[in-house]
Amino acid sequence: MSSIIIGQYVPANSVVHRLDPRAKIVMIFCFVVFVFFANNTLSYAWLTVFAVASALLTQIPLRFIAKGLSPVWFLIIFTFILHLFVTNEGTVLVELFGFQIYSGALIQGVAISLRFFLLILFTSLLTLTTTPIEITDAIETLLNPLKKIKFPVHELALMMSISLRFIPTLMQETEKISKAQASRGVDFRTGPLKDRIQAVVPLLVPLFVSAFKRAEELAMAMEARGYQGGEGRTRLRELVIVKRDWLAMLAFALVIAGLFFFRY
Amino acid sequence: MDIQFNEVSYTYQPNSPFSHQALKNLSFSIKSGSYVAIVGHTGSGKSTLIQHLNGLLRPTAGAIKIGGFQHQAGAKTANIKDLRRQVGVVFQYPEHQLFEETIKKDIAFGPRNFGVSDEEIERRIPDVLKAVNLSPDLLERSPFDLSGGQMRRVAIAGVLAMDPKVLVLDEPTAGLDPRGQQEVMDMFLDLHKRKGLTTILVTHSMEDALKYADHVIILDHGEKYMEGKPSEIFVQNEALQKVQLDVPEVIQFIQDFNELFKQNLSYQGQTEQELAEEINKLLRKEEPTDE
Repeated sequence: MSSIIIGQYVPANSVVHRLDPRAKIVMIFCFVVFVFFANNTLSYAWLTVFAVASALLTQIPLRFIAKGLSPVWFLIIFTFILHLFVTNEGTVLVELFGFQIYSGALIQGVAISLRFFLLILFTSLLTLTTTPIEITDAIETLLNPLKKIKFPVHELALMMSISLRFIPTLMQETEKISKAQASRGVDFRTGPLKDRIQAVVPLLVPLFVSAFKRAEELAMAMEARGYQGGEGRTRLRELVIVKRDWLAMLAFALVIAGLFFFRY
Repeated sequence: MDIQFNEVSYTYQPNSPFSHQALKNLSFSIKSGSYVAIVGHTGSGKSTLIQHLNGLLRPTAGAIKIGGFQHQAGAKTANIKDLRRQVGVVFQYPEHQLFEETIKKDIAFGPRNFGVSDEEIERRIPDVLKAVNLSPDLLERSPFDLSGGQMRRVAIAGVLAMDPKVLVLDEPTAGLDPRGQQEVMDMFLDLHKRKGLTTILVTHSMEDALKYADHVIILDHGEKYMEGKPSEIFVQNEALQKVQLDVPEVIQFIQDFNELFKQNLSYQGQTEQELAEEINKLLRKEEPTDE
């Protein structure tokens, strides 16, 4: 469980770590959109180079990132194989178990799974290099204009930061309880599927009990400290866009311009 | 069951930026039937150590022998379920593991998983209830209706019902009131003697370690720092202070007393009463010479 890195922050002091979270979110949002504009080898290669270079800039070992994405590898490979067998464009390359594999399918398969890979890699860079609290702050300020139409931006951000804050706590709790139950003879790993599903009950019940208890304690602690919601609240951490952020966004704009250049 | 640690190391999340070595080349042995206290500052590796005792964690290097079981780095442990039946672990705040609708079902959960027959479970339940001092009237109630202290007793009963040969206790008294602490510790001592258990107690309380254990292992940053008889370990003030541990109050008192009255009293597991009488005798002896 601990090897899954989606949503996990890895502390370091790289350029990417220090970028303004709002800038990072905006760039990643744009990247997600623009990945779909790549339509030839050159444009895909361009985006891949950019994504891998960004990953290198984070100073997090690539091996670690690759290992952490392991649950997603399965999806990527699955997508590839699916495309390999269902697309029939171009010329027939080989016949396998009565299926014909077309050249178009190979290209399509590589393109789609590469696109998928790029999306996951780039978006996971956000969570790898940005603390959850920074992300929430950034989302809150980015959504601020919505306050005009009475959208509860602060409450939403609070809910987000609370749930993010409690993910590791609940993970720890899960591990603790599953160890306690394993010591009482529960087997989570082997046996028929039915037994393994039943083995989840002794895990889930205590987990829910403690989650509710925690929620109540947190609400009480917040009230005790006079929390009343977003109105008139100031911030401990002010987000400020500095030269570095403008430079990063400029570089990103150039990369996107390059993408459109290579596209034709 | 004899327990033997041979050069055991454990690293959490090896080969990652979060890699952290919790145990370093740990070697010691515990004789069957002894009561061992494992003491150390927070983060010294106590909890990691006990998770090796029933195969929840596998050493990243080294080997452990628990009775007839071999548990070592890089090899699958045979009969791990059997090992878990024989080594009962009471974790910190064990009441968090309760989940069944009734107390009876929760106590029966462990033994049932290990394939103990229903009749045998029925037979064991009154025994364990008596051991943890709970009334049989509670059996059909929900464990979530109970007070914290009672819930803990139910959870402990659930482990005892497995009829383990080795009992591992991870700070079993944390969060209990002083009287509850005393009761729980006395209960474990009684079980230890009555059933001939091998008991391993992880604790922050030097008092408990001194009072109950016949062997102490002190851990510091995952390494064995000291090991020996409590009465010999706990008089070494300076060595203990180096790893942020205190001398038990009784020992501190005896040391202060000896210094103040130029006496030579030593601690040999006396109760408060016995100690008071001894002191009384020592000081009385002095009186005639004063006259």
